[in-house]
Amino acid sequence: MLRKKECVAMLLAGGQGSRLYALTSNIAKPAVSFGSKYRIIDFPLSNCINSGIDTVGVLTQYQPLVLNEYVGNGQPWDLDRTFGGVHILSPYEAKKDTSWYKGTANAIYQNIRFMQMYDPEYVLILSGDHIYKMDYNKMLSAHKETKADCTIACMQVPMKDASRFGILNTNPDGSIYEFEEKPAKPKSDLASMGIYIFTAEKLFKYLEEDDKDPNSDKDFGKNILPKMLKAGEKMFSYRFDGYWKDVGTIYSLWEANMDLLGAVPNFELADSDNVIHSRSPLAPPAFVEGEVINSIVATGGEIEGKVINSVVGTNCTVEKGAEVVDSVLMGNITVKAGAKLNYAIVDEDVVIGENAIIGEAKENAQKIESKTSGIIVLGRGIKVGKNGKIPAGEIVDQNV
Amino acid sequence: MASIVGVIFSSIVEQNIPELTKVRATGAVPFGGRYRLVDFALSNMVNSGITSVGVITKYNYQSLMDHLGSGKYWDLARKEGGLVILPPYSGESETVYKNRLEALKGATSFLKKAKEDFVVLADSDAVYRLDYSKVIEAHIKKNADITMVYHKHELVKSHYYMTFETNKTGRITDIQINPATSGEKKNYINVMVARRSFLLGLIQDAIQHGYSSFGKDILSPGVKKYNLCAYKFDGYYANINSLNAYFNANMDLLKKEVRHEIFGERDVYTYVNDSAPAKFADTAVVKNSLISDGCLIEGTVENCVLFRGVKIGRGAVVKNCILMTDGFVGENCNLAYVVSDRSVVIRDNRVLAGCEIQPYFINKGSLI
Repeated sequence: MLRKKECVAMLLAGGQGSRLYALTSNIAKPAVSFGSKYRIIDFPLSNCINSGIDTVGVLTQYQPLVLNEYVGNGQPWDLDRTFGGVHILSPYEAKKDTSWYKGTANAIYQNIRFMQMYDPEYVLILSGDHIYKMDYNKMLSAHKETKADCTIACMQVPMKDASRFGILNTNPDGSIYEFEEKPAKPKSDLASMGIYIFTAEKLFKYLEEDDKDPNSDKDFGKNILPKMLKAGEKMFSYRFDGYWKDVGTIYSLWEANMDLLGAVPNFELADSDNVIHSRSPLAPPAFVEGEVINSIVATGGEIEGKVINSVVGTNCTVEKGAEVVDSVLMGNITVKAGAKLNYAIVDEDVVIGENAIIGEAKENAQKIESKTSGIIVLGRGIKVGKNGKIPAGEIVDQNV
Repeated sequence: MASIVGVIFSSIVEQNIPELTKVRATGAVPFGGRYRLVDFALSNMVNSGITSVGVITKYNYQSLMDHLGSGKYWDLARKEGGLVILPPYSGESETVYKNRLEALKGATSFLKKAKEDFVVLADSDAVYRLDYSKVIEAHIKKNADITMVYHKHELVKSHYYMTFETNKTGRITDIQINPATSGEKKNYINVMVARRSFLLGLIQDAIQHGYSSFGKDILSPGVKKYNLCAYKFDGYYANINSLNAYFNANMDLLKKEVRHEIFGERDVYTYVNDSAPAKFADTAVVKNSLISDGCLIEGTVENCVLFRGVKIGRGAVVKNCILMTDGFVGENCNLAYVVSDRSVVIRDNRVLAGCEIQPYFINKGSLI
């Protein structure tokens, strides 16, 4: 019997996400809650299944427990397969040496035999920290059409932001002649999205060569892609013009959550063709008694207070007289009577005591000098006591 | 712990709510925003530690099967035991079973194959939370042949109902079927436990004697012959035996104490659909309502249960309504006491109203 998959996806989910501070103290970035009932990893996993890719390796390293438990056997994404499906790939001990993943390329290299089990023609490399809906199959078709060795998904960004990204300099036919990692003076506004399709044999060849190079950082952006380009391999850009957001910082995570709000939001989740699957909780529908305006409320909510311009996750309680404004509540959070919450991201299992005052109005908070653009971050499991006060822009990882 | 196999009747009482059961089995009637009626009995079983359940079906069981699937959402997709759908069994008469006894006859091979010592039989037309293993405990303690669960409430006359009398020790002394009396009674809630071997013996005996009714031919005369014991259930119990009862039971979920009793301690398992979370627009005004995933609220909603994917347009005022999955209410509509089945579209500016004792029912897929 032919045991083969045309395309295998490898999802890099090992990063610490240090710029999310308290939110990633105990969990990997892809496991961070997003949009009330999702976790970030739901987006690439759902994109895979919606693109017809049913074999996904998830490479974990940093704090993998929550992520492992969440991905499980892949059933919520229809990725529980007899051949293929989703597999968690952790660093492992080998006969000769034992090592952690030393870079994005090294992580993929260490799992070369996982990919080879499926004898793929193509390998899709994904990041676990982006919010977007994309049909990878279209990108794969483009890769086949141009007979490229590597295709890099990219999108236009404002020229002033271009120096924060890996920038692709392309010919009119879309082929890449130069790749610059975070250039000081960008020549183009085409930013790499960190989504690559490789022709499998080329990828394996360059990974093996790179592994032997002692001067390499073992990174796709810094090493593999420039090496391939230098060797004259065919590399093409693939333009994507939908919604895409890197949620690597507190502000971008907050902003991406806010992009879901409104009858015509910047990013539409309710789209029956490209459903974002998740390990949906079993809670009953949200009970709403108070005032809920321009917001999203997930199941299990008990809302008796005010919720304005906010995203409220599963099993959250907002008691009478409490106010939640311009905030993101991740899940299983209680905001007790009279508490006021402004411009905050609150991680799971947090309790905010009666009449506590958390943060201040967005307009004022944004003027404050802080690592989080004035957003308050309350870490997982924090308890804020009665009448507790936390000023805007704080990152809280201990009870107050 | 005693080993228990469960049997659920999904379609015994279709006559009670023809509006809702015309297109589906009773067990598949949508309830409480995201559930189907069968979820309550089935979740009770799972939460009682039961890992092997047969669901007896009759007519129109397509939507029930779609809902239950392999049973994975109830953790019942197992190699050993798990969820088994028992399609209607016609036997020699070549007609589908007409009553509970015939339905049980159809389930004998399932029951014979089971390895568990005890059986729980339950219907799927009620909303309640009960740990069946507690009933089994009482059953063993009293050395009963059959233990029947009752709930004390004002007698409600429906198509078929049973009440009983008990003595001080909890033994059933008299069983009445469709009594004409009124007032507070010990109402049998169609939950029964027995040893599997005993139940199989009863069924065998009934076949040999040509009995036709479990209640009339076995239980009622069995009062003297067997040790029939009563088990009192005093939690929240809603029997969905009319459209009115359906309406009221949904509305009961708006009460905190009911909601917490039914959903608080343990999950009620159900088919999981990956709808996006509910969205409230800047014009939304929502009071005392349950709002499911996938809803988009742009108007006013008060005292309502909205199922998945219901859209309420701008300027619409919806009060005391139950709107099932994918309902659409246009702009500036005014709805009161409406129960709309799945996928109903109500165009802009419509005014529709029922009343508290007679909700206005709209058929599945209607365009108004």
